[in-house]
Amino acid sequence: MDDSNKNSSENERLEVLKTYKMYIDGKFPRTESARFYQPVVNGSTLGNVCLASRKDVRNAVVAARSAQASWARRSAYNRAQILYRIAEMLEGRSQQFIDELVRQGVGTADAEKQVAESIDRLIYYAGWCDKFQQIFSSVNPVASSHFNFSTLEPVGVVFTVASRDCPLLGLVSLVAPVIASGNTCVVLASENGPLSAITFAEVLATSDVPGGVVNILTGRIEELHEHFSRHLDVNAIACDRLGVALNTKIKEFASENIKRVKIYDQDWSVEASANPYLIQDFCEVKTTWHPIEQISETGAAY
Amino acid sequence: MTNKNSNWDLSPAPESTGHISLNDHYGVFIDGEFRTPAHGNRFQSINPSTGELLAEITESSAEDVDQAVAAARKAFSGEWSKIGGRERGKYLYRLARMLQEKSREFAVIESLDGGKPIRESRDVDVPLAAAHLFYYAGWADKISYAFPNRNPKPVGVAGQIIPWNFPLLMAAWKIAPALATGNTVVLKPAETTSLTALKLAELIQEAGFPPGVVNIVTGHGDVGAAIVNHDDVDKVAFTGSTEVGKLIQKSIAGTNKRCTLELGGKAANIVFDDAAIDQAVEGIVNGIYFNQGHVCCAGSRLFVQESIHDELIAKLKHRMGTLIVGDPMDKNTDVGAINSREQLATIEHYIEVGKQEGAEFYQTDCELPQQGFWCRPTLFTDVAQSNRIAQEEIFGPVLAVQTFRTVAEVIKKANNTPYGLSAGVWTDKGSKIFNMTSQMKAGVVWANTYNLFDPASPFGGYKESGFGREGGLHGLSAYLEI
Repeated sequence: MDDSNKNSSENERLEVLKTYKMYIDGKFPRTESARFYQPVVNGSTLGNVCLASRKDVRNAVVAARSAQASWARRSAYNRAQILYRIAEMLEGRSQQFIDELVRQGVGTADAEKQVAESIDRLIYYAGWCDKFQQIFSSVNPVASSHFNFSTLEPVGVVFTVASRDCPLLGLVSLVAPVIASGNTCVVLASENGPLSAITFAEVLATSDVPGGVVNILTGRIEELHEHFSRHLDVNAIACDRLGVALNTKIKEFASENIKRVKIYDQDWSVEASANPYLIQDFCEVKTTWHPIEQISETGAAY
Repeated sequence: MTNKNSNWDLSPAPESTGHISLNDHYGVFIDGEFRTPAHGNRFQSINPSTGELLAEITESSAEDVDQAVAAARKAFSGEWSKIGGRERGKYLYRLARMLQEKSREFAVIESLDGGKPIRESRDVDVPLAAAHLFYYAGWADKISYAFPNRNPKPVGVAGQIIPWNFPLLMAAWKIAPALATGNTVVLKPAETTSLTALKLAELIQEAGFPPGVVNIVTGHGDVGAAIVNHDDVDKVAFTGSTEVGKLIQKSIAGTNKRCTLELGGKAANIVFDDAAIDQAVEGIVNGIYFNQGHVCCAGSRLFVQESIHDELIAKLKHRMGTLIVGDPMDKNTDVGAINSREQLATIEHYIEVGKQEGAEFYQTDCELPQQGFWCRPTLFTDVAQSNRIAQEEIFGPVLAVQTFRTVAEVIKKANNTPYGLSAGVWTDKGSKIFNMTSQMKAGVVWANTYNLFDPASPFGGYKESGFGREGGLHGLSAYLEI
């Protein structure tokens, strides 16, 4: 061993590798199945990543369901504050996200842009939390003497498949509009870009987002799609185009309990891909009727 | 308490049928004309209150469906997409007006064909159908105002399949928004109730719509399947059972077809101890015995707060005793004929199931006509949440009654169903109303009223009651690429 080598190894410390675990109910468990996979990008291994099982999907749905009612009951203002907080925390850790995106094979400039856009997208939807209702609600002029109005309510638990090609921004672009209205979700991270999803979970865990509102799994869509699309306590599915065969199977399984399936075919890096119609996609319209008393002598006048 | 009410007997007041015109047989309506397909397959449409033959209807073939879709496609790519929103609207206005003018004929045919009381077809089905056409006629040239920052485009050819409980009204619910937004349609009415849709086709022809804008094919489920699975159909709109809705969703999974489903229900109608009880009783009766209970949003599960249970049930039984069951053409009739022999068998099966499950059975003792299909207003008390009559949609005049003590309990029980179409709440306390209406997982919630419909009011379900809305501004998006 020569001196120069010795010198350099004195200067270099051994890097501590991070264990990427999943995010369920506000905690970071390993998969119950104890299975792992090693995503490889440009010839190098990203690390050991949990290979989620059917049981993990079911645990995550239970967590999402338990969290849904109280998340929806929070004021829209409070949900807006929390989404803004996620953006703040993401901003503070942006360098880590850029580094991880680069490790996942994204060019540096592109990674910087994706992280910046992810932060801005969260702020965009934070602003919508207490506004979309006014855009999409209505008071309906029925012909009888009734007060009749329609409002949007969250559909419930949404299973979200994060974009394969856009692992951070694609994930944020679907999760933000889904939770803005009071839904909770389970996210399957991009198979080849799981690092930024799990680091995003750490952001969520420190952003006042209640446990269970967003749950993040890592694993293989080919293995898991049947488990989430047949799950009877999942109300809706949000995903990008995953190929005809996979999308068809998801939609077929989804019919077993009439899940709402939204498949997007858009470039999430474009600002215009964010809009309140995505919030509406995961809402139900509720119409309420109540009689109005009619007494002829009581008409108000100036 | 006896329910003889003999002093309430009314003299018969039958609506005349002399003024209607029905053909012996009907072809399919394709490309603006009635066609008699060469295959010559027909089935009979009968009057469910007498069993008499009304007309023979074409059993369409896959070839007929193909022709209908081709005509719709040609109209969509041609004239219909070029005339502009204002002119489209004027066609719909014209149709609405013509329907109003012929409302008596339509009401009579609807009651003859479907068995519903003439009072309902005259006062509800036909006027609401016309109102729907009027409402969406006005949207045709205003669509851009409904979707801020968007440039909505029609979807194309819409395949529409409708049920037998509100035949004309459902045709209007489907056709009006589709045409207003610039689509063309292929519509299939239910096999037991095709007549008013075919009469509507005559009006469409008379109104001078461009050929192919509306096409109507008749027949059974396989005709519906041929529409759903046709490659050149861009959008499927279905109203019917949850079972068939699931099949449709599955069968189009491999396509980019748009879809809206309005499916079954098992609505909770909830009465609190502070409700105006007499009004609630009227609402309960209207909720479950309206249209013989053939209503997807029927209030078929009654939840009564324990402290008023006995009083309310006594009043309800008394009120049920005054319901006149019989000739749909009699203007005094409250409950008409069950729509078909098959549906009567389904209802009778559920009544047997309810008895076997141990619920307490009650039926009024009114006389029933000798011919036709009939079911007396039926009530089950002491029903358990797990009973099939409390879980499954019966689609008949059968009410399942349960009790509750607390608000939290009734919310849990009411929402514990795969369905989520509608709900009812009866209480005199405003804050309780708003709590309950926001807690119900249902698309339509009636507070201190029940079973009201309006073209301006969006209608549709949560969960397994389907997705998409019909009516109101929200009903437009089903037929648009936003």
